[in-house]
Amino acid sequence: MSTLTGFAPAGFAGLGRGLRVVAVLAVALTIAACAQNKAQQTADGNVTPGSAQDFVVNVGDRIFFETDSTSLTAVAQDTLNKQVQWLRVYPTYTVTVEGHADERGTRQYNLALGARRAQITRDYIVSQGIAPNRIRTISYGKERPVAVCNAESCWSQNRRAVTVLDNAPPS
Amino acid sequence: MVSISCRRTIAKSVLAFVGGLAALVVAAAGPARALVEIDITQANIQPLPIAITDFGESGGDAEMGRQIADVVAADLQRSGLFKPIDRTAFIDKTGFDQQPNFASWRVINAQALVTGRVTRQPDGRLKAEFRLWDVFAGQQMTGQQYFTNPDNWRRIAHIISDAIYERLTGERGYFDTRIVFVDETGPKDARVRRLTIMDQDGANVRHLTNNPNEIIRNPRFSPSRQEITYVSQPIGETPRVYLLNIETGQREVVGDFPGMTFAPRFSPDGQRVVFSLQQGSNANIYMMDLRSRRTTRLTNTPSIDTSPSFSPDGRRIVFESDRGGSQQLYVMNIDGTGQNRISFGNGRYATPVWSPRGDMIAFTKQSGGRFSIGVMRPDGSGERILTEGFHNEGPTWSPNGRVLMFFRETPGASGGPQLWTVDLTGYNEQRVATPSFGSDPAWSPVLN
Repeated sequence: MSTLTGFAPAGFAGLGRGLRVVAVLAVALTIAACAQNKAQQTADGNVTPGSAQDFVVNVGDRIFFETDSTSLTAVAQDTLNKQVQWLRVYPTYTVTVEGHADERGTRQYNLALGARRAQITRDYIVSQGIAPNRIRTISYGKERPVAVCNAESCWSQNRRAVTVLDNAPPS
Repeated sequence: MVSISCRRTIAKSVLAFVGGLAALVVAAAGPARALVEIDITQANIQPLPIAITDFGESGGDAEMGRQIADVVAADLQRSGLFKPIDRTAFIDKTGFDQQPNFASWRVINAQALVTGRVTRQPDGRLKAEFRLWDVFAGQQMTGQQYFTNPDNWRRIAHIISDAIYERLTGERGYFDTRIVFVDETGPKDARVRRLTIMDQDGANVRHLTNNPNEIIRNPRFSPSRQEITYVSQPIGETPRVYLLNIETGQREVVGDFPGMTFAPRFSPDGQRVVFSLQQGSNANIYMMDLRSRRTTRLTNTPSIDTSPSFSPDGRRIVFESDRGGSQQLYVMNIDGTGQNRISFGNGRYATPVWSPRGDMIAFTKQSGGRFSIGVMRPDGSGERILTEGFHNEGPTWSPNGRVLMFFRETPGASGGPQLWTVDLTGYNEQRVATPSFGSDPAWSPVLN
């Protein structure tokens, strides 16, 4: 085997890592802003308080993560605080936090990364006073994307933790 | 009637598993001192010109004879080591029972010649015979005959391919093998993933699961049984490692854990399974003994430890961990001691798989937003990238350690994963035919 020719194993230069992180942040903020606008627009509509629709539209059921990160951004914490308030008002609900990863990682690692995102989200909600037995977690890794384009604008929507109401009455 | 040991092994194993399939050695013409050989240690191999006659022209079952010869030619061509010569160039029409007219094969520059014949037996079985000839030495190199149920005709073709490959390269063939993988259909945001098995050349596709509400991941073959391990996740439920008997369809969950289990792989003796168990924010590696059902924890760090793979001697495990801040490869003893990082290149390393020969570890590498498949020695030295691009992931070794299969994703909404192979030299990239998108391949051992 020693006679096999080598094939340029030298790594690829990290392309402007700092710039990329800034771009990621900008996109994440834009999405969050869109979500809030949407929530305000529909808040005047016919949404039953305490319904699953109320939770999705007026509270926000999902938070987003930066690339390969499990840290809760300020925007994410804000959304989770609203989820906590809502879950306090409607104490009969239990929830499942679904952790997801974008497609730019390997399958096994992304499954664990999604689990870690779900766990950190759950831990935060519990730290704000919601009973641990009301929250379970699941990871879907990179297998359940919501946005499918080949761009950061899609990947940033897929790096998410979604809080799903388990026992919402049918609307 | 001389039968050397490797041939006897094939005969025995074929008998054991195909049922009613028997192999005999066709009279070998003395100890062949071969002039024709392939040195596969060279990087850019010139494929060996080989003439594979239409087995159907020697009398017998013309249709079956041609089909078997075609599968043999396709196997050898895809390996990149052989160049089957177009049959329209053939001059010699000598029958199977006579010595070929070697001069007429030399004229068309054939270095090796395969002749064969396929006949139906009175009991309905198929008899397939072949001879491999060294054209320049004018000698038979090997020859065999097989009896089988006609349904097994493709296996007979692959077994013949293996015999030719082994005689000419000195290494074990890998054509009589299967692939288990994840068949993927439907739009990207609503994929249906089915556990699927097929022959290594893409024939005989069979779906082993068929539930649109179940996500399948990480199928892996047992080295010793007709069994696979994989991860099943019904939508809304926690992913769990399962064992599935391919023949009986019997399925059982591995271990009884509250958390997610994933990334399973068998030990080389087939008696144990290693996998990851999610515990809070961390994934640790566990091993379960399949006889005692006892589980042992092998890693215990606040990190994602996953993708464990045994060394072929069963004494060590390579795995990936982000304990140092990013995904890197580590090697440990099977009791969890001596955990040492082996990857130090520029990038993230994942999905390590130990070569069946023991001298290499294949991996997925992420660097600069690109995904490549590479190999390194078990001590981390000698890293070589075999293929690089937008997204290549999840290598699996051919049983002889010569070829790597992996999946390659194409980008965008209409993109998806497809199966590919690449030679250990980095040459001869080939797409593997699948009915739709396919990912996460695992190569079976040579069928016994």
